Amino acid sequence: MSVTLEHFLTVSTLLFAIGLFVALSKRNAVAVLMGVELMLNASNLALVAFARLAETSLAITGHVFVVFVITVAAAEVAVALALAVAVYRNRETVDVDKVTSLRA
Amino acid sequence: MIEGAGPVAAFWGLSALTLLAAGGVVVSRNLFHAVLFLIVVFLGIAGFFLLLSADFLAMAQVIIYVGAIAVLILFAIVLTPRASRDNAETRMAPVALVAGVAVAGLLIPAILDAEWRTLSSAPALPVSDLGRELLGVWVLPFQLASVLLTAALVGAVVLVRSPREEREEIDEEERR
Amino acid sequence: MSGAPFLATEHWWDLRDLSNISREILEFLDRVGPDWLAYVVSPLIGFVAAFLLFVLPSQLFVGVYGERRLIGRMQSRLGPNRVGKFGLLQPIADAIKLIQKEAITPRGADKWVMWTAPVVFVAPAVLVWAVIPFGPNMVIADIPVGLVYFLAITALPVLAAFMAGWSGNNKYSLFGAMRVVAMAISYEVALVLGLLGVVLFTSTMSLQAIVEWQREHDIWLVFLQPLAFVIYFISASAELNRTPTDIAEAESEIVAGYLTEYSGMKWGLFYGMDIGYALAAAAFGSTVFLGGWSLFGLEEWVPPWLILVAKTHLFYFVFIWTRGTLPRLRIDQLMALAWKYMLPLAAINLLVVAAERLWWHEAGLGDGIVYLFAAANIALALLLVVGWARVLGYRPERVPTRPRLVKHVGGYVAPGAETGGGR
Repeated sequence: MSVTLEHFLTVSTLLFAIGLFVALSKRNAVAVLMGVELMLNASNLALVAFARLAETSLAITGHVFVVFVITVAAAEVAVALALAVAVYRNRETVDVDKVTSLRA
Repeated sequence: MIEGAGPVAAFWGLSALTLLAAGGVVVSRNLFHAVLFLIVVFLGIAGFFLLLSADFLAMAQVIIYVGAIAVLILFAIVLTPRASRDNAETRMAPVALVAGVAVAGLLIPAILDAEWRTLSSAPALPVSDLGRELLGVWVLPFQLASVLLTAALVGAVVLVRSPREEREEIDEEERR
Repeated sequence: MSGAPFLATEHWWDLRDLSNISREILEFLDRVGPDWLAYVVSPLIGFVAAFLLFVLPSQLFVGVYGERRLIGRMQSRLGPNRVGKFGLLQPIADAIKLIQKEAITPRGADKWVMWTAPVVFVAPAVLVWAVIPFGPNMVIADIPVGLVYFLAITALPVLAAFMAGWSGNNKYSLFGAMRVVAMAISYEVALVLGLLGVVLFTSTMSLQAIVEWQREHDIWLVFLQPLAFVIYFISASAELNRTPTDIAEAESEIVAGYLTEYSGMKWGLFYGMDIGYALAAAAFGSTVFLGGWSLFGLEEWVPPWLILVAKTHLFYFVFIWTRGTLPRLRIDQLMALAWKYMLPLAAINLLVVAAERLWWHEAGLGDGIVYLFAAANIALALLLVVGWARVLGYRPERVPTRPRLVKHVGGYVAPGAETGGGR
């Protein structure tokens, strides 16, 4: 019994699909952000699986890419949550259905 | 491919844990529980990284995702007390479901059909190589990432400053 | 193994190298059982040896009894001395009391999260012991990123504290939880930067290799990087929520902070693992900074694990000492300390250490230069610790040596209170 690259990529795709569903269908803005994080984690998993199991010229590049994805995800979460809190201050809600127009 | 009873059992266990926890994020009716399930997903991904011999990335994943990003999300939930916390779906939920199923349904057969050129022996992926690459070939994106982080930091602080604090700071500047 | 050969032999009864015993057990299991049995049993042996034989007794006696007794003596009072001779049975009395207490779950509290939070708190305190080297062959898991593993584990109790505070359905526990989390993530940044300076010198993140580096160069990292040690000590004591930084469970402020709604053994788990985690941080600090199981050559006669145990307890004694002596800081003072003081110090330390390391390797200087670096770093550390505080505006207080009126020393006297308050 063995675990091949396809196994890892399947898990990554399923996680990505779940993250996509969460990001597109949740009402609370913070929940949307959670979906985005799921998608980013799924792509990190795929990258690391490729770095380890696929025949590439320089395997460590996969890890470098993952470091950058993690960094950018952290920056994005910070700004997104700051936005959510700022919107909450003005509109008293973070419901994405209600925050639909720039006019207050 | 990864062989051996231990790693294979670890893979199936971790996949079950991660996918079930991701399902928990979708299904749970309480936003706080959804965040806890998300943390389990992060830990599951860290476990996958360990399985794939990316030990430094696994630790970095735990430190940054579980230790910082999950905490940020929890803070955002606490700072928005009158928002609805029942993790409900919008009216676009069926469309989103179709989109998710379509993405998975397109990609998984493509993955299973493609002929991947895989290695038979494990490559050496030491952390020192990662460091050398980051500061060697990829030094420009590295510096840009630090600029991005600084911008995010300053931006987040500016965004959450309340108007009263801004007026106080402007008054202080005028006084000086 | 580089360096002088050890006197510890390979016989199973030679206690100086405990891996002899585990090796015999594992070889026996290999012969007798299926392949996977030895693979599964070896971490269990490590767990039993490290955690059950060393940590739990230390936790009970040194942590519960010793700490309270020592703090009592430091504060001019007796510690617990009623139960058993000299109060030595105090931990057992405490355990019995906690077990028979009712573990109340308040109405409206989140039951699942409330029951899971102690589990998430206990797990990291046990997991840290997997990477600490007790001797040249006595590590449960010598992973090449042991240092970062410790940092990852440090991030987890913070989450447990937040879960505990949230699930109580009580605004005071939530306040306590928010304060704890804000403080912990601030000090984590300084902790990571300080330890990064250590990694710059040793070029490795594996704890066993760091101990080997200190043995090879005959110097402890506390002398080579005193600033990193100070940063580690203060940041670790802040992560552990020990006085003077224990606003989390400030016993005189917000009831019990995030632990308000916990009673009985649930609270007992938090309390016990607080001590266990403090011991783990002490063991990690003595491994990285104080030389671990090596003692300038003495480890050939004395069992190395005994040396590590002694250093851990010494480090823990300094934790107890600061707890008994210093008063508690306020939350804003703590955050100012973390962001305005620790972080710039850690950054300057990193710069200086990186410059030294570059100079050392580029100019090809010999290994004796570390002593010069140590002296320079100690001088710089003293200069920075005092000088940066001056820059930030903290002057040392002039304690009056003879009694003076409050207003002469500079204190505040309410108008109308000078006449002595109507006596």
